[in-house]
Formats: sequence, C-alpha cells, structure tokens
Amino acid sequence: MADIKIDDTVDITDVVCPVTFVKAKVALEELDDGQILAVKMNDGETVQNVPRSIKEEGHQILKLEDNEDGTYTLIVKKVGD
Amino acid sequence: MAVDYGTLKKGGFMRQKQKDNFSLRLAVVGGALTAENLAKIAEVAEKYGEGYVHLTSRQGVEIPFIKLKDIDAVKEELAEGGCRPGVCGPRVRTVTACQGNQICPSGNIDSYDISKKLDERYFGRELPHKFKFGVTGCRNNCLKAEENDVGIKGAMNVKWKKEACINCGLCAKVCRENAISINDGEVNVNYDKCNYCGRCVKSCPTDAWDATSAYELSFGGTFGNSIEKGYSPLPLVTSEEQLFRVTDAAIQFFADYANAGERFKFTIDRVGKDKLEEVLKEAYDG
Repeated sequence: MADIKIDDTVDITDVVCPVTFVKAKVALEELDDGQILAVKMNDGETVQNVPRSIKEEGHQILKLEDNEDGTYTLIVKKVGD
Repeated sequence: MAVDYGTLKKGGFMRQKQKDNFSLRLAVVGGALTAENLAKIAEVAEKYGEGYVHLTSRQGVEIPFIKLKDIDAVKEELAEGGCRPGVCGPRVRTVTACQGNQICPSGNIDSYDISKKLDERYFGRELPHKFKFGVTGCRNNCLKAEENDVGIKGAMNVKWKKEACINCGLCAKVCRENAISINDGEVNVNYDKCNYCGRCVKSCPTDAWDATSAYELSFGGTFGNSIEKGYSPLPLVTSEEQLFRVTDAAIQFFADYANAGERFKFTIDRVGKDKLEEVLKEAYDG
C-alpha cells in the first residue's frame, strides 16, 4: 500500500459539514476513472462521516491514515466518470 | 335521540367542551399521509370544521369542531380521500413510527413497514385498556420506543468481514460502547459490550461487516399519569416472524390478565414479571 500514486490532494480541514463532503466530491469530479485522490480531513464528525459518504457515491476507499495531529488522510480511487 | 358518546369515541369522534362539537381523530399509521389524504383533510376542515387541524402527540391528525349532524357526511367524504377515522378508548391505538432505514441514514430497520404490519394485525383490537405500539429505527430513539406499552427499536447484528476490511479503524473510533478492538489487523467485537447500534456498519467505508437487521423490544412503558419506561427482558429479536410471535404473546398476556382500566405496566407488576417473561420467552423460542 505504501506505493499508491496520488494524483491529486484536497484539504477539507478548513470547512465544516456539509461543505466537507461537497469539497471532496468536487475534487473527485475533476479526476478520471481510476485516479487517486488524497483527502485531508479533521478528526471527529468529519472522519466519521465523509469516508462513508464518498463510498456511497460509488468510489473505492483504499486507506485511511491517522496523521496524529488531529487530522486524517483518506485515499480514494475514483470510480466512474 | 340519546347520543352514544362511547361509540362515537371508539370511532374517533372526541367530544369537545362545546356542545355537539367533536374533534375527529383520523387513523394515521407511522405518521404517513399521502398528498391525497392531506388535500381531503384540508377540504373537510374548511367545509365542516374551522379550517384547521390539530397534530396529536402520536403522529395523528384531528379535525376539531365537527358538528354532530355532519358526522356521517364527514366520514363519507374523508373515505373518498382514502382517510378513515381513528380510535380512542380501551383498544390498540395509533402505531407510531419514524421513517426508518428506507429514508434515514441512521435507520437499522424499516420502521414504517413494521408499523403498517402492526396496524394491520392489531389496530382497534378491544382490550382492557389502551395499548400503544411505537417503532423507532435505531438507538437515537426519535420515536421514544420505551414510552409505549410495546416498543420496538431497530438494531444491527454485526459480524466483521476480514476480506473487505482496510483496517482504517473507524469502527473502533465510532463505537460508543468501546466494544471494538483492533489487534494486528484483526477486528474483535466484544459482544458483551455491543449494544447493536450499528454505528460501526454505518461508518465503514468498505462494507466490511455482515450486518442484519434485528429488533430490541420493550414492555410496559407508559407516559401519562404515571411515567414508566418499558423494560427489555429479551435478547435481540432477529426476524420479523419472531417479532410478531413476541408481540402476539405480549398483547395476549394483556388481554388475559389485565383488569379493566389497567395499563400493561401495572398488569405486569401485579401478575409478575416472571410470568410475563415466561410467556415472552416461549414465543421468542417459537
């Protein structure tokens, strides 16, 4: 898993629900099928809800990394155009 | 001619303080009304009432200021819009429900469907006193299951699916009972702590859980003159068939043992919890 190539990164730590999800969704829309997005998000409600919401959109969640600074990075593979 | 208030009340016509005026209670199941129902209710309230309705504490609708002379016409017109009168008095009352898992992301069960089935099975059944069912989809308990004579709460029976898990740790993080621990990539559920809320399943971004809907039942709740929380003596109910076996047994226990005017809670106290639990357990086991 260490060698996942990240195609784009989005930081959603500066926004609150529901903009968190919207910002991540917009970033995913910019990508092509199969490309990888890294989403940096805050601990708490965001990390408890956003990964699942992105999965519900049909994308594939590859990994969730704890940055140990109150943030997490979610690695998502875009599914579909 | 003498007015039979008992029959009127049974048929949902609640006598008002104002002479010959009734507040008509409609049958509503699980808080759902169609646009057609609503249009007809609005029309009847304008034509026969005073142009407004009262939303009851149990998701019902009442149309106040219906005149005694108009009762038959009102019933007929409401029927054209698919509405029927509700009930009051010593019988099975309105079954309340949240929107459940067909609408709400938190829902563990299809509350609305269960409420319709309960309504078909029991609505209006004559009993020694009022009897209320409430169905809530999850532990958030929007529909306050335990304040009902029989409360039904959606639960989630969970089992970890190793092959789909990416070890993100969210399930352990969202678990409020600290029932989940992760050691060397193995997710362990302590079922003594698990309260079947389903939060692990709802948060999982890879569907790494085998999750099946289940029901947690409570008995003897009442929230009127006396306030008592229903209690839950049974393990998780895991199928609809089992659910209705248990509700059948509970309502039959009430029919068999209750004194007139006695709520389920007080029948249970008087006859004995052990006696009720014996009957429930038998139904639970089939």
